Amino acid sequence: MTATTITDTPRHRPLESRSAAAWLLLTPGSLFLILLFVVPIGYVLLLSFTEPKVSLDHFRRIFTTPLYTSVMINTFRTSLIVTLSCLLLGYPLAYVIARRNDAVSLIFLTLVGLSFWTGFLVRTYAWLVILGNRGPVAATFGVLGLEPPQLLFTSFSSTLGMVNILLPYMVFALLSVMKKIDPNHMRAAASLGAPPTAAFRTVFLPQSLPGVVNGSVLVFTVCLGFYVTPILLGTPRDMMISQLINQQIEELLAWGFAAALAVVLLAVTSFLMILYNRFVGLDRLWG
Amino acid sequence: MSFDASAGRAPTPVYLRLTDVVKTYDGRTNAVDGVSLDIRRGEFITFLGPSGSGKTTTLMMIAGFEALNGGSIELDGKDLARSRPYERNIGVVFQNYALFPHMTALRNIEFPLRMRHFPKSDIKKRAEQALALVGLSRFADRHPRELSGGQQQRVALARGLVFDPDLLLLDEPLGALDKNLREQMQVEIKRIHREIGITTIYVTHDQTEAMTMSDRVAVFSGGKLAQVAPPLEVYNRPANRFVGEFIGDSNFFEADVDPKRPGWVDIPAIGPVRVAEDHGRLPSQGTIDLLVRPERIKILTANDGDHMNALDMTIDALVHYGDSVLAIGTSRGRPLRMRVAGTPPAELKEGARLRVGWAPQDAHAVARS
Repeated sequence: MTATTITDTPRHRPLESRSAAAWLLLTPGSLFLILLFVVPIGYVLLLSFTEPKVSLDHFRRIFTTPLYTSVMINTFRTSLIVTLSCLLLGYPLAYVIARRNDAVSLIFLTLVGLSFWTGFLVRTYAWLVILGNRGPVAATFGVLGLEPPQLLFTSFSSTLGMVNILLPYMVFALLSVMKKIDPNHMRAAASLGAPPTAAFRTVFLPQSLPGVVNGSVLVFTVCLGFYVTPILLGTPRDMMISQLINQQIEELLAWGFAAALAVVLLAVTSFLMILYNRFVGLDRLWG
Repeated sequence: MSFDASAGRAPTPVYLRLTDVVKTYDGRTNAVDGVSLDIRRGEFITFLGPSGSGKTTTLMMIAGFEALNGGSIELDGKDLARSRPYERNIGVVFQNYALFPHMTALRNIEFPLRMRHFPKSDIKKRAEQALALVGLSRFADRHPRELSGGQQQRVALARGLVFDPDLLLLDEPLGALDKNLREQMQVEIKRIHREIGITTIYVTHDQTEAMTMSDRVAVFSGGKLAQVAPPLEVYNRPANRFVGEFIGDSNFFEADVDPKRPGWVDIPAIGPVRVAEDHGRLPSQGTIDLLVRPERIKILTANDGDHMNALDMTIDALVHYGDSVLAIGTSRGRPLRMRVAGTPPAELKEGARLRVGWAPQDAHAVARS
């Protein structure tokens, strides 16, 4: 009887009305996502096999034309290089920030954060200046009496730009995992007879691997669809898939084929995410 | 070093010697301020003190995780300053266990053996022996997250012992465990200490742990050693008021020594009380602190002779512990605590006014610092 009296008090409203309130709160966000995300993607999906006529010709073309397969391969290769570069540069940086609890770590963290919050377009244009004909790199070569090499509009400059933009993502992903590693573990390892390198290899590195996976998946998937930076800093010879999509629409008005390319990109990204979710869990992507 | 003699034992060779050890973090105040201490081989010594008293910092310097700003630490006659933590042969057990989460219990215990390049055949045998020592043989293949807090602590203990270290350091190892488990682990740690006889330093802020486990207790206060002595001596004969108040419950009376009346001191507002002189701590004049433990105060009956120091106590509150009752009250306006063991007598009631007292030899006088 007591239980009934408790549930009957006005403070304990029936479950249905509470879930109704939750749905009401979810409505604006859901509407926004449906109108501006789900519908357009559905439309792209539709276009990919209905424009100009209902067929899978676009997909066949993508996977059989050497030009398009080479764009796909290049996209993956570039993304892999960018991911590995971010990892190589980001790991020591994240390690220092996570392990040192002092001004040095704060300075590095601020720098990474500043870089993160500076728009990627701004940073891309900055590279145009730095690597340009009148930029500091060319000037340095000039002072040394050397002919400056062609840096801008190469796959090097485009990769460099992407690494610069995606590095903070890698650092933050690594940091969120490294920060959770008990500092006493390294002390314990030392007291148990492990010199610093052995302690790192056997104790710290294995525990930081989830961060490595998180950061790599994040950087790799973002990189797959990168558009602005490769188009501003790179060369059309090293085209990425999103450049190809843009070209198909802007220059050839081939909406159907562009849509098919976009679907392939989406499929690959989703596949990676599904793999990640299967083995790590999507909820851990942001630490 | 002067403390070593106070333990009142036959002198045995010093194993670990701390000499004027100083540690400062900001260059102005010393976290550890000139600690000198000799520890014998096989001894179980507890560093006891409130947080920030320097006990853990001292332990970390012995382990090699913190550098000394002054003084020296010698182990078996060799200066430790020259060796890095991984070159010292010292086992450390941390408060939060610091077990490696990506290794099984057995792998954790094998870790120091692998790092020290023990022969392969030896590694597994020793690790299994160590697991058996802490009674966890069945859990060899579990990961730390699959073990309870007490089991994790046992694994940490086995890992810290498996490589036959010269010294075992325990940094508040039972702090994260609940009361029953803590007592169980205290017994366990003492048993292991007895079995392998390793020189052990145990850091805690829990006076009960210090009392029940140690051969000697080193009481830290403000980066200095306040007293180093066997537990009962620390309890019964604290070196100063800080130690007396930190360990156990206490009544402290300020008292004046009357040079013309040896054997008596005068507590203002209460009057003259008898003190036993054989403690040898009584100065010939001046002010002292007189410590009377609450359990030494008893309700006086007609049979008690007039050698007892007697006073009237008004009971304000009673705290029942089951095995004893703590009476909190006053005597002539001064706070007084009395602990009565067993079933409380009928007259012990809140608001009652009782004749209470203590024998002169049950008071302990310390000089005022």
